[in-house]
Amino acid sequence: MKYNKILKVAAVGTTLFLGSCISDLDVKPLTSNVKTSANVYDSPEAYKGGLAKLYASFVLTGQQGPAGQSDLAASFDEGNSSFTRLLWNFQELSTDEAVWTYTGDFGGTLGNLHYHTWTSADSYIELMFARIMAIEVIINEYIRVTAGTDNADLKLFNAEARFLRAMGYYYGMDLFGKMPFVTEADEPGAFLPQQISRADLFAYIESELLDIQDKLGDAGFEYGRADKGACAFLLAKLYLNAEVYIGSPKYTEAITQLKKFLAGGEFSGAYSLAPNYLDNFLADNNTSPELIFTLNSDGEKSQSYESIWTMIKGNTNGWGGIRTTKSLVEKFDNGDTRDHFLTANQTLEIEEINQRGQGYGVYKFRNINKDGSTPASDITGFTNVDNPMFRLADAYLMYAEAVLRGGTGGDVNTALTAVNALRNRENETPIGDISLGELDLDFILDERARELYFEHQRRTDLIRFDRFTGGDYLWPWKGNVKEGTSTESFRNVFPIPSSDLASNPNLEPNDGY
Amino acid sequence: MMKFYRFLNVFFVIVCSVASLQALAQSARVTGKVTSSDDGSGLPGVSILEKGTSNGTVTDADGGYSINVGTDAVLVFSFVGYASQEVAVSGRTQIDITLETDVTALSEVVIVGYGELKKEDVTGSIVALNSKDFNKGVTASPQDLLLGKVAGVSITSNSGAPGSGATIRIRGGSSLNASNDPLIVIDGFPVDNNGLAGVANPLASINPNDIESYTVLKDASATAIYGSRASNGVIIITTKKGKQGKPKVEYDGLVSVSTPAKYLDVMDANEYRSLITELAAQGISGLNPALVETLGTENTDWQKEIYRNALSSNHNLSVSGSVKSIPYRVSYGYTNQEGILMNTQMERNSLNINLTPSFMDDHIKLNVSAKGSRIFNNFNDAGAVGNAVTFDPTRPVRDEVSPYGGYFSWLNSGATSGTGNPVAQLEQTDNKAIAHRLVGNAQLDYRVHFLPDLKLTVNAGIDRQESEGHNKAGLDAEFARNASGVVVGRNNSYSGMNESKLLEVYGNYAKEFGKHKVDFTGGYGWQHFYRESFATNRNGDNTSIVEIPPFKTENFLLSFYGRLVYSLNSKYVLTATLRNDGSSRFKDHWSLFPSFAFAWNMKEESFLRNVEQINDVKLRLGYGQTGQQAVFDDYPFLATYSQSTSTAQYQLGDQFYYTWRPEAYDPNIKWESTTTQNVGLDVSIIDSKLRISIDGYIRETKDLLNDVKITAGANFTNHILTNVGSLTNKGVEVSLNATPVSSKNLTWNAGFNLTYNKNEVTKLILYDDPGYIGLPGGNIGINANIQNTQVGYPANSFFVFKQVYDASGNPIEGLFVDQTGEGGSVISNEFNKYRFKNPAAKVLMGVNSRLDYKKFDFSFSGRISLGNYVYNNTESSLAFYNNAYSLSHFRNMPKSISDTHFIDRQAYSDFYVQDASFFKMDNISLGYNVDKLLTQKLKARFSLTVQNAFVITKYKGIDPEVDGGLDNNIYPRPRVFLAGINLSF
Repeated sequence: MKYNKILKVAAVGTTLFLGSCISDLDVKPLTSNVKTSANVYDSPEAYKGGLAKLYASFVLTGQQGPAGQSDLAASFDEGNSSFTRLLWNFQELSTDEAVWTYTGDFGGTLGNLHYHTWTSADSYIELMFARIMAIEVIINEYIRVTAGTDNADLKLFNAEARFLRAMGYYYGMDLFGKMPFVTEADEPGAFLPQQISRADLFAYIESELLDIQDKLGDAGFEYGRADKGACAFLLAKLYLNAEVYIGSPKYTEAITQLKKFLAGGEFSGAYSLAPNYLDNFLADNNTSPELIFTLNSDGEKSQSYESIWTMIKGNTNGWGGIRTTKSLVEKFDNGDTRDHFLTANQTLEIEEINQRGQGYGVYKFRNINKDGSTPASDITGFTNVDNPMFRLADAYLMYAEAVLRGGTGGDVNTALTAVNALRNRENETPIGDISLGELDLDFILDERARELYFEHQRRTDLIRFDRFTGGDYLWPWKGNVKEGTSTESFRNVFPIPSSDLASNPNLEPNDGY
Repeated sequence: MMKFYRFLNVFFVIVCSVASLQALAQSARVTGKVTSSDDGSGLPGVSILEKGTSNGTVTDADGGYSINVGTDAVLVFSFVGYASQEVAVSGRTQIDITLETDVTALSEVVIVGYGELKKEDVTGSIVALNSKDFNKGVTASPQDLLLGKVAGVSITSNSGAPGSGATIRIRGGSSLNASNDPLIVIDGFPVDNNGLAGVANPLASINPNDIESYTVLKDASATAIYGSRASNGVIIITTKKGKQGKPKVEYDGLVSVSTPAKYLDVMDANEYRSLITELAAQGISGLNPALVETLGTENTDWQKEIYRNALSSNHNLSVSGSVKSIPYRVSYGYTNQEGILMNTQMERNSLNINLTPSFMDDHIKLNVSAKGSRIFNNFNDAGAVGNAVTFDPTRPVRDEVSPYGGYFSWLNSGATSGTGNPVAQLEQTDNKAIAHRLVGNAQLDYRVHFLPDLKLTVNAGIDRQESEGHNKAGLDAEFARNASGVVVGRNNSYSGMNESKLLEVYGNYAKEFGKHKVDFTGGYGWQHFYRESFATNRNGDNTSIVEIPPFKTENFLLSFYGRLVYSLNSKYVLTATLRNDGSSRFKDHWSLFPSFAFAWNMKEESFLRNVEQINDVKLRLGYGQTGQQAVFDDYPFLATYSQSTSTAQYQLGDQFYYTWRPEAYDPNIKWESTTTQNVGLDVSIIDSKLRISIDGYIRETKDLLNDVKITAGANFTNHILTNVGSLTNKGVEVSLNATPVSSKNLTWNAGFNLTYNKNEVTKLILYDDPGYIGLPGGNIGINANIQNTQVGYPANSFFVFKQVYDASGNPIEGLFVDQTGEGGSVISNEFNKYRFKNPAAKVLMGVNSRLDYKKFDFSFSGRISLGNYVYNNTESSLAFYNNAYSLSHFRNMPKSISDTHFIDRQAYSDFYVQDASFFKMDNISLGYNVDKLLTQKLKARFSLTVQNAFVITKYKGIDPEVDGGLDNNIYPRPRVFLAGINLSF
């Protein structure tokens, strides 16, 4: 009898226990810094945190600055995965403006950029392709969760998200031509995105930017936010390069957008040239009136190994990763105060790419304030310099170029005034005006180098002038020859990464690769 | 948690009510004494059962007993280590008997998951080792007891650091990216294998002296009872228990000296000076004659500066016996192990308490054990190992004018960056941790009164491990720099806790029905794992505080399992197991893992029964599925968002915002499943003097849990944890154990085992694309990988350019075979690389021998590894002339530069993929036994042991045994000389 009793107790106990234990299997994250999709956006503040991630994705590399909780696979070095740093590699290292000392990086393939010998297996190519598309998928998610609302803030956030998506696709189209294409209609998963042609992507970016133009905030409404100014600027960039992208010119459309930045235009009063050239590149460059759109960093609160950190810490005063070629140095006349080179212990000529003592250093970006003081956060090793992605000087130069290339709606005298304004900044020793006769396309290309060197632009500019590949323009070590040699024109776009071709049969390689 | 305690209450209610029951009334009384044939002393704890009933008792401390039985009953006397005897009462009231020791009986019972089986009933591939088989002189790392002893088990210590962990692989890895560690079960408690910061080796908390036996379960039919954790094999550790009788005291003491076994052959100051002079004359490495003048004048052997002969000691004291018929064992262990690298140390205090009382005529047995340990580790800075190889030999260790603690540093002599001074690293770093661990469990077995063939077991326990550590360096520590190369010191602290709780309830029913024998085990298990960690990083002056967000995570594992062993005529044995595991890590929690096995005891057949030369022949066939749930994350199927830390905010307007990032996830993620087929043959011949086991297996893993690249645009990142790919391991294991000589004065036992394993990846990506270059691995620099995993090749093959050699066999710098035939620069095209060898050994062998001559014993054990290749990263990253002077400072060079004379680094040359086959003599030991030391009762053993005695290899690096295959200046494994004494009374 007693045994029966025991067994009964045991049976009841076991049943109770089992029933309650099986529900143990349904778990939720335990820490407050991890939430589920059901409860993450529980406050306006949280929505802004979601928006901040979209901006941050273009410069930071993960959720734990400067490195940790990487956005992209841990098999890549996180420090090298910043969008701006990769963009800088593509846009600068492949040109006359920069060489990289440590050619062993990325498995010995990073040197291929300067030599124009990259292949579809070079991992920095895969990394950039992945970075751009990861940004787009995160943005699409945000566009989904902020869609269909009457809340004014959320509508604005939604428009900004669409701007950032268009900007991501713009850089993808510029670098790779064809891209995988996903919108808010595509839920994340394990599906295989379709490929979109360069022309179709161009049309998509254009239509998106035109559609959100009126939905964005007024120029300069809040620092760091994409506004009407940023939208007009990106449209102008798109149109100015339309011949490259779609084979037909859109210089008139470019002028329409760029006129907004000139005196009497929609944005007059919102932007003006900084009195000192360097004001745009210093720790407190957020105070420069010239900046139209920035990607922000902070030495204490927003740390990553982004492009400006790399340019400052990796110059020849630092770990010596970056130098420039004589082709850039020789573009500056005596008296041009924009030539911020480091010449001590450096030779002008580059005999060997991996010798840090050969080629001048560049000291344009600096982690000091306008008044010469060093920010307190400098001790962290990270910088306060915000990345001046779009700035007024560039708008002026684009305007002049669009006019010279035959766009209508502008005029060449206004162009001349705009270009000369850059050479006569308020607090700088004047570089000297140029005459109308000197203002031609060759001048523009060189002037863009002098004004915008190291600002993630050079490759796009050289392609627009058909001097990136081919033999019309040579610089040291182009084509892996000291004097420079001709390279093949298919290299005007980068290859679709071999690993993506392997994982997605919808992707076609680019011609020549 | 509440549920857990609620259950414990129920559990204790049951225990108490059962214990209060009165024994059933008996009739006639028989008394007597049971003695041992060994020495005639009374044997306590012998179980006495009236045959065919549940009526029984056990002998008391002196071997006496008393039992009420029917006058024509038959009594069965049985005790572990002795041959059982059946005695008919035949009306007697006094029966004294002597039990014969039975050597084979000791090994007749084999521990398996959730119980034990008679050896003849075992159908799986199982190897059991007890303390007499263990390697001698093991003090810190319990896994070393097994080193080289078991076919199919490879143990590679991670480094020579004191108490270092090890990589244990049973039959190679069944997984690619998920864990390949076997499940470790300590006294019925499957322990959490997740590491904890500050703990070098999760096993090190167990004192090797407390281990009674190891059982290694290799094939799926043996492991399937552990279901989703069984794919990589199971190691069951049983600790020593107390025995009935008078207190037995045992003391073990060991002192040892560890010495560096080998130094890397680099240039001395004079050789280096002439090299630099020569290079400067040629303008190599940016050198010029003026720079030669800046060389130092010293002759420092940096490796000799950082290594030392290290002294260690080890003491263990154990007392076992019984108090009021409750057997106990208490042991205390103290280990203080110094590392050969200056200022590295491990100190362990451990206490192990075991109580094994029984109640109600052995119907209830309780096993309560608690293992506590405190481990102190001084990890220091193992980076000094590499820097000692590189540091300029012409420089002094100390420099009085240096602001960096008086150590010579490059920063002090003009260079902005440079190799850290290794002596400074070891003297200025304070990198220590303390870890506490408690594993406690109580197991209650109840042999049901009215159904004695049924045994019910409840096992409840907790394993809690806490650690706390710091890593500090002062503001004058030149090597402690921040991301921008500024010397800022560091003061980093961390802590963590891993806890797992266990509850198992199972029953076992064993019964013979004539020719038929059935043994059924069925049960339920619940285990909860919780882990948390905290860390804060600061500069040396406590500025720049970065709080790493607290990490907390948990998972649950629930299981229902059953095993049926059916045996016919003791000839044919069938085993079927089934486990249903539920894991909180997957959306579909539940999955089934079945296995089937068959064994044929051929000796029982008429055609062998009378063949005297053959003592035993058994054929085993097994098939089973096991799983893998050790994924990297506890919530891989949930759509989650992560908030950024304080250093990854983003500025909009004047404000900084913590950002929210959606995390990539696969809602359909599931278990990895491994199917194993095993064929085994066990033969024992010539009076069991030669015992042979041969096993062949095929193991296929499907739905590999891989953190794989996902195509751009499909998800929030470029990689995801998902099920894709498959791989196969095929192998053969042979194990020979022989007793060639066995006489009164001389006994010789010898063992040999051989393992052959071949690993091949059979599927890797969702879409088979010939253009896919494979999965990179083996990091050797910034985004630089030397290994690659591709379909049709072994995992982690080296991925390199094929070096071209000149007529005299010297490598031609920069000249590699153009595999694609596309021309142009070979090295700028990844597709010109090929897959050349891999780190896994083709064949592993273990040899061991033990000779007992009178009072002396002599034993050794060693390992042979064939076909394991190593990428000599030390050489490839140092031995090229342009490395002699870099970043404005000098760097020493391995003498092997004379093999290549490379000017630039040739990192991807297959020249550096080198054959690292080896023979290692792991252990040589000599012992002397004294039966009566000083007094009648005191027994003693004296021993001398050498560990890591010698290595035979043609590999030129410090040590050919490299876990993972990338030789990167690991903390070298020392040679250890030990002297020991063992006393018992």
